[in-house]
Amino acid sequence: MPRFLREYFNRNGVGLGSVMLGLVLFWTIGLIILPQLSMLDFSFRPNLPPPEIGGPKDVYTLENYKYLIFGPEGGSQDYNAVDLKVFYRTLIAAILVTLFNLMLCYPIAYYLAQTKGNHIRILALMLIIPYWINEILRAFALRIIFGETGVLNNLLVGAGVFDTPFDFIRNDIALYAGLGYAYILLMIFPIYNVIESLDRNQIEAARDMGASWTRIHRRVVIPYAKPGISSGCTMVFMLSAGALAAPQILGGPSSLWFTQLIYQQFNDNSDWPQGAAYAVVLLVTCILLVLALMRVFKVNMGDIGK
Amino acid sequence: MSAGVGVNLENLWIRFGDFVAVRDANVNINGGDFFSFLGPSGCGKTTILRAVSGFLEPSEGNVLIGGNNMKGIGPNKRPTALIFQNLALFPLMKVWENITFSMEIKGASAKERRKRADELLDMIALTGQGDKLPAELSGGQKQRVAIARALCAEPDVLLLDEPLSALDLKLRQHMRSELREIQKRVGITFIYITHDQGEALTMSDNVAVMRAGVIDQIGDGKTIYNDPSTAFAASFVGENNVFRGTVKKVIGNEVMINTNRSGDLMARISSNNVGKMKEGDDAMLFIRPEAFSLAPLGTQGDHFVTAEVHKEEFEGNVFNIFMEGEGGKEMKVSLPNLGQSFESHRGEPMTLEYDVHNAVALPAGVLATE
Repeated sequence: MPRFLREYFNRNGVGLGSVMLGLVLFWTIGLIILPQLSMLDFSFRPNLPPPEIGGPKDVYTLENYKYLIFGPEGGSQDYNAVDLKVFYRTLIAAILVTLFNLMLCYPIAYYLAQTKGNHIRILALMLIIPYWINEILRAFALRIIFGETGVLNNLLVGAGVFDTPFDFIRNDIALYAGLGYAYILLMIFPIYNVIESLDRNQIEAARDMGASWTRIHRRVVIPYAKPGISSGCTMVFMLSAGALAAPQILGGPSSLWFTQLIYQQFNDNSDWPQGAAYAVVLLVTCILLVLALMRVFKVNMGDIGK
Repeated sequence: MSAGVGVNLENLWIRFGDFVAVRDANVNINGGDFFSFLGPSGCGKTTILRAVSGFLEPSEGNVLIGGNNMKGIGPNKRPTALIFQNLALFPLMKVWENITFSMEIKGASAKERRKRADELLDMIALTGQGDKLPAELSGGQKQRVAIARALCAEPDVLLLDEPLSALDLKLRQHMRSELREIQKRVGITFIYITHDQGEALTMSDNVAVMRAGVIDQIGDGKTIYNDPSTAFAASFVGENNVFRGTVKKVIGNEVMINTNRSGDLMARISSNNVGKMKEGDDAMLFIRPEAFSLAPLGTQGDHFVTAEVHKEEFEGNVFNIFMEGEGGKEMKVSLPNLGQSFESHRGEPMTLEYDVHNAVALPAGVLATE
């Protein structure tokens, strides 16, 4: 038995140790790795009716990936412009949602972490409690707020800001607000955790030396909070890019999210291999993007776990 | 360098709700002085420092720096630099960036900053260590970096909040002389906060002894130690044998005190209290352990107490003998260690002689240990 395993069992006992190890292995291998491998496998196979599966036509092919780039064979266009555009738009929108979230959540997290008192606990509760409500219900609630006859339009028209109701849904404002709101906790708490451990004296020292608040944040707080910021951004980006409920409910008729295309392939077209290929492309692109950004901002993988 | 910028505290009151942290403090600190606030934890000394640095607005009264009233001026606008108890170096900046952070704020170029950092690193004997991170330095080195960082801003007044408390004994003693050295060299005013009387006495030109928000005495180290003006100052600074009693007779600057358990003892009235002590007053008499000398019974001089040798304690440089007098009155005598031992005299009565000049009489008051 390797040493780390022996130490692990010494510390936890054979019984409890085996149970915990078994659960973790089941979780990672059974629920994450194997399904993903099966998706990967699907993505390289043609879409065949059940009797032909395993038959002579069931061979590995790049067709599903080609479809995303070039569209149907013999199609009118050189490239699959529609799907590619959705893909690219989804990534950009997810990045924007992440940035918007960061700008919104950093001040909140800083305030929560550096202020003492009971009102902080109440504030944190007010942030958390809405998340007891189902994600789909929250999305519908936002739809009601942003709808043509919704609360917001009633207010704005009533106040004379607009003459006619503004279509927040068609203009994707509801979608971005919904996505932004859906994951704020995942942005706030990692940043809050890091900033809470920042020594207040460092802020005072910088202030004593004459630093402005902008400089204190730029040179002292943000570098210190970087692991939390990258952890929060990674989660929000990944989840926004992969969100389905919010785009489905809050998206305008003309704006498709890439996950909706994947959903259509699986569900409406019953083309699992095609859907798997789209899902793999989205996952790999997101991971590569995150890794590239981590390299640019000099963040280590280990920091993300902090 | 110039004579330095003085600091004045005028009728300073600082309250936190109902709690009075500083009560009517009046202090004049001369420019270029090394001035210490000495007191037990919670006495308000750090609060005073925060009021001088500008992190705290006094409830009443004024802080003057170089004669200018600092009311409403923030910490970043005052000519002070603060060294924190935990130093508060920026962990993610290199040593040289830490040191020159104040120049960075003013927009100095990296080249200028690097040059100045190298000068300061030379001064604190850390030449060539500028590219390290603070975590790579030892405790004493971090200490010196914090000093360099504060000095880089060229403050008129340097404020130090117990910066040596995290260091081990040897290093602490070394840093005392080094701090004093640096202060002499740069010639600016240092205000030092400590609960360690050794630090306060060795480094300071003047010391303010504080108790529960009140400044009991201000003076140079020798005055504080030899001529305390309150019972608290006498018992907090250094060690003292206390004899409680009442004033029996006042003879000029001297007084005879009828002590509870050790008979009538003569003492010198502390300078601040001359003329203020009269017959029948509750009084306290203080004699330092090192002011006693031990003699066999019957060979005593004019002023003495009789007591039995109870036990001895070897401290290295000094030798402490604990004596038990009439009614179990405990007394401590410190003698320089010359290789002697009183173990064989255990239980033997001896006389503890003292010079009247070394016995200080004060009005009864709160003691530091109470």
